[in-house]
Amino acid sequence: MTKPRTTGPKPWISLSGIGVFAVLLLAVAPLVLTDHWLNNLGKYCCWAIAAVGIGLAWGRGGMLVMGQGVFFALGAYSMAMHLTLETAGDRIPGFMVLYDPLAPLPMFWEPFRSAGFTLLAIVLLPVVMAGILGYALFKRRVKGAYFAILTQALAVALATLISSTIRETGGDTGLSDFKYFFGFVLNDPANKVMVFLIAAGLLIVCLLAVWQLYRSRFGELLVATRDAEERVRFLGYDPANVKLVAFVVSALMASIAGAMFVPIVGIITPAEIGAAASILMIAGVAFGGRASLFGPALGAMAVGWGQSSLGSTWPEGWTYILGLLFIVVILFLPNGLSSLPSRFPGRTRPKPDVPPTPAIAAAELEEVRA
Amino acid sequence: MTDASLVVTDLRVEFSGFVAVGGVSFDAHPGEVRFLIGPNGAGKTTCIDAITGLAKGTGSARLGEKELLGKQVHKIVRLGVGRTFQTASVFDELTVLQNLDIAAGRHRSALSLLRTRRGVDPSIEQALEETGLAGELTTPAGILSHGQKQWLEIAMLLVQDAKVLLLDEPVAGMSQDERTATGELLRRIAAKRIVLVVEHDMDFMRRYATRVTVLHQGKVLSQGTVADVQADPKVQEVYLGTADAIAVGTPNRKED
Repeated sequence: MTKPRTTGPKPWISLSGIGVFAVLLLAVAPLVLTDHWLNNLGKYCCWAIAAVGIGLAWGRGGMLVMGQGVFFALGAYSMAMHLTLETAGDRIPGFMVLYDPLAPLPMFWEPFRSAGFTLLAIVLLPVVMAGILGYALFKRRVKGAYFAILTQALAVALATLISSTIRETGGDTGLSDFKYFFGFVLNDPANKVMVFLIAAGLLIVCLLAVWQLYRSRFGELLVATRDAEERVRFLGYDPANVKLVAFVVSALMASIAGAMFVPIVGIITPAEIGAAASILMIAGVAFGGRASLFGPALGAMAVGWGQSSLGSTWPEGWTYILGLLFIVVILFLPNGLSSLPSRFPGRTRPKPDVPPTPAIAAAELEEVRA
Repeated sequence: MTDASLVVTDLRVEFSGFVAVGGVSFDAHPGEVRFLIGPNGAGKTTCIDAITGLAKGTGSARLGEKELLGKQVHKIVRLGVGRTFQTASVFDELTVLQNLDIAAGRHRSALSLLRTRRGVDPSIEQALEETGLAGELTTPAGILSHGQKQWLEIAMLLVQDAKVLLLDEPVAGMSQDERTATGELLRRIAAKRIVLVVEHDMDFMRRYATRVTVLHQGKVLSQGTVADVQADPKVQEVYLGTADAIAVGTPNRKED
């Protein structure tokens, strides 16, 4: 497999790129898009936030995180529980009454009445869980396909757990019918724009965070760890710690994405967090270019857009198109669409002359000496 | 810092029953370029693997007062033991400066890692000067010549402030000029550090070794100065039995 390109453009170009992106999302989009498409764009922003994290962990860190749905779920269900309780007020949430009218609210729901606790949970739950999981895996040097399968299995397990606990989590039907978002009426178009702006703003913040991470010494160390983990160890670092930081940050981003997904889409079900959903997140990242700054976010948004436009007009064909796209990108553009510019001859940076290989010189000398 | 010696005593390494190194003892001191030679499979690299924590060994390997065996790889490095590998393993995607910066970074705090590098560390400039890579600061390491990659590896050991440099076939695949440059470099850096070289190249060994340990089938066959070792009939027997002739005067050396 070819290694992803990491030597990107100059920092100020990337930064102004984020600036343009921010203006497009925060100023232009709310003006020109219909409510329906603005809402869709908000959904793509959520996937893009998760994708930015995957780009960090996978593109730069070499960890194929196939179960980001788990962390997406932590954020999403934290938020959904709070919004459900906010909507229900003093009563027990509707779906629970359906199964057992007299049962009290489950213990773990109770703290989610508090907005502060909910926000804290959205941030801390993924950090703690990814911290423990990552520590256990990276210290034992679990990597490659084993790591990928393990994370994927966790996503399946969590989705199954939620499906099977209908009374506590809503099961396959999920949690929906939220009326309020921290006191704001969700049906109000102005509030919908506000929720969109929060999601888009968070995406920009995440992009800025990885922009700084990529140009920091940590970013260099992360790439070094991805490409030659043993060598990093022989420089006196513990690669497990380097990977752990990237993994935790990517989990946090997935959780934030999930939390914003809930008020925008209005429903969260196990299908949104399971294996298929987790792979779809990866697909967008691979499509856009996993190691680049914008590739993951744009790729995820493109796949999201394809799903809601083509996926609704031609649902039986969309999966095939996605699969085909995936094959074409992996075959011809292993570093994603963002590597396209460097494929054009005029745009590539001039490569310094490679000096004659010493092996040849040595062989020649050998002849002379003999 | 400079007076601590590397003392290896009765080092044994077994791989599921196969004895790769069977009771090897040697020592290396600052100021000498110490060579570890021997035919293929003699256990040279395995010795280094054991000292650096890559292979599990029994016995003892001490740097000054500190026992190295049984410690984790990165902890051994932090005690000041650095190594290179037979195949140059630099970070191809990163520039020479980035490679060196990472090597210099183990003393940095975790928070400072989040900042962007400004300027070049003085220790890095010194190492670049020493290894002749000053002109390649912004070159991606992947496109350096083979010799330059090996020098970059040595430069990385210098900036990480290694007290012990364990070099695994540093001149393999190098041209004669590069070999000479490498030999001179080793002499210079050995003044303040312990340099232990695993090598196949007998000509290179003769020119730059101050002391030599010959390994054969996991055991020490002979030990001493170059002249001592070359005069040792046991060594001649082992080497004449294989393609590697160490016999006095003939500048044959093994092909890489």
